[in-house]
Amino acid sequence: MTSKVCAVIDYGMGNLHSAHGALQAVAPGTQVLVTSDPKVIMAADHVVLPGVGAIRDCMAEIRAQGIDQVVAEVRKTKPLLGICVGMQAMMDRSEENGGVDCLGMFPGQVRFFGNDLSENGEKLKVPHMGWNQVEQLAHPLWKDIADNSRFYFVHSYCVSAERPEQVKGRGHYGVDFAAAIGEDNVFAVQFHPEKSHNAGLTLLKNFLEWDGQA
Amino acid sequence: MALAKRIIPCLDVDKGRVVKGVNFVGIRDAGDPVEIAKRYNDQGADEITFLDITASHEGRDTTVHMVEAIAEQVFIPLTVGGGIRELADIRNMLNAGADKVSINSAAVYNPEFVREASQKFGAQCIVVAIDAKQVGDNHWEIFTHGGRKPTGINAVEWAVKMADYGAGEILLTSMDRDGVKSGFDIGVTRAISDAVNIPVIASGGVGNLDHLVDGVIQGRADAVLAASIFHFGEYTIQQAKEHMAAAGIEVRL
Repeated sequence: MTSKVCAVIDYGMGNLHSAHGALQAVAPGTQVLVTSDPKVIMAADHVVLPGVGAIRDCMAEIRAQGIDQVVAEVRKTKPLLGICVGMQAMMDRSEENGGVDCLGMFPGQVRFFGNDLSENGEKLKVPHMGWNQVEQLAHPLWKDIADNSRFYFVHSYCVSAERPEQVKGRGHYGVDFAAAIGEDNVFAVQFHPEKSHNAGLTLLKNFLEWDGQA
Repeated sequence: MALAKRIIPCLDVDKGRVVKGVNFVGIRDAGDPVEIAKRYNDQGADEITFLDITASHEGRDTTVHMVEAIAEQVFIPLTVGGGIRELADIRNMLNAGADKVSINSAAVYNPEFVREASQKFGAQCIVVAIDAKQVGDNHWEIFTHGGRKPTGINAVEWAVKMADYGAGEILLTSMDRDGVKSGFDIGVTRAISDAVNIPVIASGGVGNLDHLVDGVIQGRADAVLAASIFHFGEYTIQQAKEHMAAAGIEVRL
């Protein structure tokens, strides 16, 4: 019996150590590969699209390395998980860096939280950094995770999804935003499951056990 | 539904080993950083900060391996501070699995370093550490060299400048309070927290759990950092969180 393979797409935007380590920790029988090789990615059973830093640099690398085409193929065939800027990259467009066109897998925009964010008269700081709750909407990836569990977020831009039925987790920080989106075999989260202790590890385990049926 | 205030235990490391009196009840070899990090992780710490006090470059490589080993087993954010002077230092720590680095004296000597670091790696991973001492009424100054060397820089103005330069977070330590266990310096914590639009971590002086509450409610800190009250098993992270929750503070329980 051959073991399953999970490919974490490396397009040169920072450290994927944690994502690799967390995926490997929850599924010792799975071979987790950090790779930019389209052949390896296409042959994998599960694919993760991570992302850190600014969207302009991320999208530039995704396009320069042909990752956009690979992801377009992956989404037709196998479970795909977007994380943080990886999720933002799946939207139509981000207003970061003066406006950047993204992959357009989900209709919607990525917007700045703003410099005047507040809640009940209290000023809210940006980036939204730390552990916040996620209100879950039915999806197999939430299995065994209590509703409103906290996950670790670090971001200054957030996803505003056009189609409510694609929102699978609701977040709130001064404004409502999509903490998780999904359709068919694609799921994406704004938070960092690889840094979210038990709740995050459970989500990664669910992803690696997921057959892509929503 | 609101963002939780964070509790961050802080560990001093030298050549990849945790030093300076960490003594969990029931654990003999308290110097193993992986074991200690796991223990805090299991107790519900929201992040862990390591302060690298290694003097030599060779020793620093050992610290990098330590971060690698921890990042493979501990799945909460890790910050490494101490001796971060060049972009290469930051890259090494991030590649090893640190999520953030904390820049202290290098920022004082060369503020542009913070701007470069933030542009290169993103504000989310750049913490600027500020060591402040009170020098007058509502007046705090930056000190370097472990609080021995005054710089003449106003701490609140400095924090605002660092936020402008691209710091993603401020780690504020009161040098008057560090190790004294009489509570945070609420004045400077609040002054800086109100002056900047990025999160502020209060540090220095925690002696009991009420001090953590005061740092958040009176000091308006976004996170509280402590060392000794956790290291000696005096309180667990869980107890600290329950105490803060009872005071009406949002925490991750």
